[in-house]
Amino acid sequence: MTVTNGQDELEDQFTRWREYVRRRPELVSSDADELEDHLRDSVDELVALGLRSDEAFLIAVKRMGGLDDLSREFAREHSERLWKQLMFTGDDGDGVRKSRSRSDLIAMLVCAAGAAVSIKVPELFGKHYDDDGTFYSVNFALFALPWLAGFLAWRRRAGAGLCAVLVAMFTLGAVGANIYPVADDSQSVGLTSAHLPLALWMVVGLAYVGDDLRSSRRRMDFIRFSGEWFVYIVLIALGGGVLIAFLGGTFDAIGVEAGEFIWTTLTPCGLVAATVVAGWLVEAKQGVIENIAPVLTRLFTPLFAVVLLAFLVTVGWNGRGVDVNRDTLVMFDLLLVVVLGLLLYSISARDPQAPPGTFDVLQLVLVGSALVIDALVLFTMTGRIAEYGTTPNNVAALGENIVLLANLAWSAWLLTGFVRKRGTFAAVERWQTAYLPVFAVWTWAVVLVLPPLFNYR
Amino acid sequence: MRVTKDLVAASATPIVLGILAEGECYGYAILRRISDLSGGELDWTEGFLYPLLHRLERLGHVESSWQTAAGERRRKYYRITQQGLAELSEQHRQWETVLDALKQVWPSVGDIRPLTIRLEGNA
Repeated sequence: MTVTNGQDELEDQFTRWREYVRRRPELVSSDADELEDHLRDSVDELVALGLRSDEAFLIAVKRMGGLDDLSREFAREHSERLWKQLMFTGDDGDGVRKSRSRSDLIAMLVCAAGAAVSIKVPELFGKHYDDDGTFYSVNFALFALPWLAGFLAWRRRAGAGLCAVLVAMFTLGAVGANIYPVADDSQSVGLTSAHLPLALWMVVGLAYVGDDLRSSRRRMDFIRFSGEWFVYIVLIALGGGVLIAFLGGTFDAIGVEAGEFIWTTLTPCGLVAATVVAGWLVEAKQGVIENIAPVLTRLFTPLFAVVLLAFLVTVGWNGRGVDVNRDTLVMFDLLLVVVLGLLLYSISARDPQAPPGTFDVLQLVLVGSALVIDALVLFTMTGRIAEYGTTPNNVAALGENIVLLANLAWSAWLLTGFVRKRGTFAAVERWQTAYLPVFAVWTWAVVLVLPPLFNYR
Repeated sequence: MRVTKDLVAASATPIVLGILAEGECYGYAILRRISDLSGGELDWTEGFLYPLLHRLERLGHVESSWQTAAGERRRKYYRITQQGLAELSEQHRQWETVLDALKQVWPSVGDIRPLTIRLEGNA
């Protein structure tokens, strides 16, 4: 080994050690710098005593003691760091990262402002928020998600090809949602309002995944992103609610009626802007909520499993059929969505290498009972459709059910294999990420194909 | 011989402030200096020194800055402040009092040894 090689190797080790240190929330970047400098001094001294550089590195690290102890001592002095992770502590980054997070912040502000302004633009063309409810309920996502996708595309330095695809997809969504001659009270309008946001969210996913479209890891990252984004948007909405309450209350106290402003400007603008802000928050601080979604799934997987089992037992005991109409079918669809969510977010946080445990069995019970319940529902539903014929709502609800059912059925199969140690957990993960395009195709089909299929009913 | 934890903790601040009063210094050199001063008996860990330095900085006794001395790496140097000097002289006064008292109570070091031996002999 030449001297240069030894030097390179040493630098490599320092880099790795640094990464390891930086994972500790107690140790900020300047601490890592300081400790690294210390480590280098130790290594230099040991090398001067005649040790080889790799030996010196090992001994110096060993002398510094376990990082657990070290970070505990640091935490005692800097306990605030454990709490302050979430917000704008960009001050401890190195130069590159600092300027990066600054430009991110600016891009986010631009996109959020753009979204807030864009939703007021139709008013210039006579579409008033309180009169044209249908227009806004159908198109709401079109004022928010393109900006979020834009922010993500900007952040990933997306190429011209991807940008063109994004623009094309959003245009397609806008055209598809508005071109059909549907009546305000038709079922198609309701379906489009419900499905366009989901269809567009898949386009956001395109912007998120970027050019690495086939990578299972990137798709899983997008699933994580979606979950965390959702948690953030709920938190922001809660805060926004408090803000609105005080805004209304305080202005009311001085005799100024703010309700109109709140309803037509603050709420819609705030919501579309919050969409972008939530996306930025997830991107800026990936580690924080990540820890909440798995906790929630851990908490609710057993509870949901118990509830579903109890339902099945009751059905079996009473011999009572499920009373299926469209509303209950939608509810059962949503149930499948929740079960799928529980499955997805425990997958996203699970170590794929870990052996099967009790929790995996619980999950299998949950998925299995959801499947049985859904089979019951589908059975009654097909009878009903045969009796009354099809409507757009029926078809959409049924299609959704089948799409989700297929996903869960195969997941259950893979999970069984995994619990019985015949398969790997990675297979479950890959299945979920491979299934994402199916959701995309289905939601787009509901928006674009169903209305003409049913003569815009 | 090991110095007990309590004693290390109590003496840490005056020792560090004393070293910094000699001139600005960085973490590794402070540890070396402490080791030299005590003939290797005081062996502080990094997990002890750096949080202590950060605490002194927070209290305003020392201030720090990243500097690059000629031909050396960029390092975080600590230097004592006016307030730190005041704290040092206050600590100095207190330690003088304690040491003074100890010296009067204790017989000279030479006398302790026979004392223990005599006790053992009695036992």
